[in-house]
Amino acid sequence: MRRETIINSLLLGALLCFPIWAAFVDEPFYISLATRVAIFALAGVGLNIALGLGGLVSFGHASFFGLGGYAMGVLASHAQTYTPVMELPFLIEGTNSMPVIWLVAMGLSGVAAALIGALSLRTSGVYFIMITLAFAQMFYYFTISWSAYGGEDGLSIYVRNTFPGLNTLDPIQFFGISFVLLSLALCLFARFQNSAFGLALNAARQSPARVETIGITPYRIRLLAFVISGMITGLAGALFADLNRFVSPSMFSWQTSGEIMVFVILGGVARLCGPVAGAIVFVALEHVLGGLSEYWHIYLGSILLVIVLFARGGIVGLLAGRQVVHD
Amino acid sequence: MIDSASSQTLPVTLPVLATVGINKRFHQLQASDNISLQLRPGEIHALIGPNGAGKSTLIMQIAGELKPDSGHVLLNGDDVTGLSTAARARAGLARTFQVSALAAENSVLQNTLLGCLGAQGRRLGMFKSVMRAGKLRENAEEALQRVGLLDQANARAAEISHGQRRQLEIAIALTLKPKAFVMDEPMAGLGTSGSAFLISLLDGLRHEAPILLVEHDMDAVFALADRISVLVYGQIIASGTVKEIRQNAAVKKAYLGEDI
Repeated sequence: MRRETIINSLLLGALLCFPIWAAFVDEPFYISLATRVAIFALAGVGLNIALGLGGLVSFGHASFFGLGGYAMGVLASHAQTYTPVMELPFLIEGTNSMPVIWLVAMGLSGVAAALIGALSLRTSGVYFIMITLAFAQMFYYFTISWSAYGGEDGLSIYVRNTFPGLNTLDPIQFFGISFVLLSLALCLFARFQNSAFGLALNAARQSPARVETIGITPYRIRLLAFVISGMITGLAGALFADLNRFVSPSMFSWQTSGEIMVFVILGGVARLCGPVAGAIVFVALEHVLGGLSEYWHIYLGSILLVIVLFARGGIVGLLAGRQVVHD
Repeated sequence: MIDSASSQTLPVTLPVLATVGINKRFHQLQASDNISLQLRPGEIHALIGPNGAGKSTLIMQIAGELKPDSGHVLLNGDDVTGLSTAARARAGLARTFQVSALAAENSVLQNTLLGCLGAQGRRLGMFKSVMRAGKLRENAEEALQRVGLLDQANARAAEISHGQRRQLEIAIALTLKPKAFVMDEPMAGLGTSGSAFLISLLDGLRHEAPILLVEHDMDAVFALADRISVLVYGQIIASGTVKEIRQNAAVKKAYLGEDI
């Protein structure tokens, strides 16, 4: 077995066992920490498709995380007050069914990613970073002034949404849902990475001229990658809102974009379980150091600096060595 | 010009690739000055000229990376001037780069598979492994076999030698099964044995698709070319057979020096 496969199994195993242990010793707080890790990792897996496979440094993935969050917030708040989301031109009712909310979150994020991507993928480098950031900031300021849904104060949802056959208010069951979705996203990522699409996307990152010369247009495959990437991060946003039963404009903030990027870079860009490792370390630091000082980001920054300077493959790269091309 | 004289010795056929009156200007510099070139079936047409003559600019306009100010590029009689690089590649134009443009982190085999994917022209699969055995992989391995690189299939493109990278460039072009090759200094930086191998490879290749060959290595040009065009300051100053070019006074004066 490859070393990276072993590391990946250990990471996912640890993420699975920790909350189960916490459930046995009745520490629901630790379960919610693990759920936070799984959701952050899911957002990171989304970004990793654009950033890792496609080399698209999106500093605006908060757009999709926030859209997912607000999809949940808006639908659930209307279900809570028994009012329709809108009546004209056609009736849309609120809902508190998770699968429906997920589909709406992914659909909205996908459409937004298609529009944002179609414009921003015409640029590259620093301009791409700035345009994606600008879109996220537009959403941020829009939601701040969107008083119908709490504006700056955000929106609280009193009851967690439902999933058929499960009690989502039981922390370990909600963790299970998050973990399964993370696993599915990881399977998808692994498939993409080894597929024809992944190869062309990866080659377009390294040498766009080469890809054009063989008759493939980089723009199209990048746009597709960006849309899928946004949809996965949007799904994570919906789960995150459900975890906290709260949405606020801060989900759209540039700090959120930065954090999602940190999960990926800390864990290992383009590495399958990079975002998982990154999210584990992020949440662990947040929990341990956040208790000591509110300026814990200083330590996170130092670690990130060391990783970027000395371990280009992130934590996974440090543990598993260079990525294997193929056998 | 001696083109009219030489064309009588060759059968008159529709050129596979042609430029018609291409002009390109960068500020004060006329990089392409009314260039008309024809690449006929079965031939190797060498384009030579001193550094800065505008060879690369011309290649970029043929491949679609630069747009000419005026003039046309024809591929199999169709005007492709308005098409993107990718569209021209799909229409049958295979180009190799002077400085290898490869996916350096990927393996030699994956780089070659990339060419097969482009040639296949279908939607790229998103779920099946591209490395699985099948027609695609057979085609890639066959192309590597032909350029003598099959034993390096699993090496990273960044880790193979300079000469092997040139071979890989050609292997990728082969997978496209093109109508015309455009090769930008394929011999650059190769040793004597490397050049000899590549010369024999290109020699056979012309019967699959004609080659527009930009090359500095005069031994290679004289060994391979059916016709030579000489580009100086953006203009074709002469075009003809190897013998005609060797004897052309203007060419000697402008470019080749005395001993030719």
